[in-house]
Amino acid sequence: MPDFLSRIAADRSDGAFRRLFEEFGPQIRHYMMRQGADAATADELAQETLLAVWRKAGLYTAAKGTPATWMFSIARNLRIDRLRKEICWQELSEEIAEATPSEDAAPEDTASERQRQARVQAVLASLPGEQRDVVTAAFIDGLSQTEIAARLTLPLGTVKSRLRLAYQKVRAALEDLK
Amino acid sequence: MSPTITRHPDGATLMSFAAGALSEPLAAAVSAHVSMCAECRHEVRDLALVGAALLGDAPASRGPVAAPVRVHESTSRERSARPHRERGDELPAPIARKYGLTLEDIDWTRLGPGVWQHKLPLSPSTKGELYLLKLIPGCRLPVHGHAGAELTLVLTGAFSDATGEYRRGDVLEVDAGTEHQPVADRLEGCICLIAAEGPYILKG
Repeated sequence: MPDFLSRIAADRSDGAFRRLFEEFGPQIRHYMMRQGADAATADELAQETLLAVWRKAGLYTAAKGTPATWMFSIARNLRIDRLRKEICWQELSEEIAEATPSEDAAPEDTASERQRQARVQAVLASLPGEQRDVVTAAFIDGLSQTEIAARLTLPLGTVKSRLRLAYQKVRAALEDLK
Repeated sequence: MSPTITRHPDGATLMSFAAGALSEPLAAAVSAHVSMCAECRHEVRDLALVGAALLGDAPASRGPVAAPVRVHESTSRERSARPHRERGDELPAPIARKYGLTLEDIDWTRLGPGVWQHKLPLSPSTKGELYLLKLIPGCRLPVHGHAGAELTLVLTGAFSDATGEYRRGDVLEVDAGTEHQPVADRLEGCICLIAAEGPYILKG
């Protein structure tokens, strides 16, 4: 999937532009609707996300993440800003890269970026169901730890420890790619 | 360069932050820490991969989203002015930018002997609060608990409690129900950014 998105983003044709919306629009719409957006609003936010992905694809370098991570980050920030109507404190990775050019060593190349993506996908696929459910509730449903605890009727400490375990696995999987 | 940051947010907190699922005050404080800490910037960047992967797994709903009319974009790189660069004892960039503040021009409100506060407004729907707290050297806060999670980020000076010493960039996370008694550094005092999900509970 990430490779496919990279190719679309790199190909500046009208056909690629249309395919971007066809292929990825439904995912983002789904994501927005999980946060309570109605269908029309979810469509608008999906369009806005993908337009931003398309525009920024021209500025793509590995230091700023993959198109797949931008897509998630842009959608996440729009969700906080438009659906939750809260101040969005998460900066896009490219903004962080711009703000701090010298201190942060950039990952060597796009290949390693793809490798990172593949590793993370493998970790997620291998997570025990109970950890995966908590991670999905945070990343896709946008639920806070307290909200996850209430939804899954778990103690808050259990939610935290499951998130922490998943975090440690992601970290371990990327360790040698640092 | 400031001394190395040794106390980072909990892994679960970084996960929720990357997911965009942290309450607004906590997200503000984590964002401030991340702006000061290259290590956590890398972590948060990696965690966006988790979101990207899960987004790809989610079942798609209905048909495709229509592509809007394509506007021919300019190829020139748009660059917004980014005047902020982290310096010695400035406010963390996200806080300085959102509130247009510098540490020098803050209008402090006195809370008690040696304790000064400046509240930072959040969106109207948000529960909890975000504020700067200034303690004069050696100032000892009363023993207190919290009704929700609280995250403290040191901006200048240092403080300590039973769990150790915290310096610039260090984060202390306290859960609901935990009591502690922070004491400001004897020589420097401290200024901290504090995010609280629930009120401060005084223990007499």
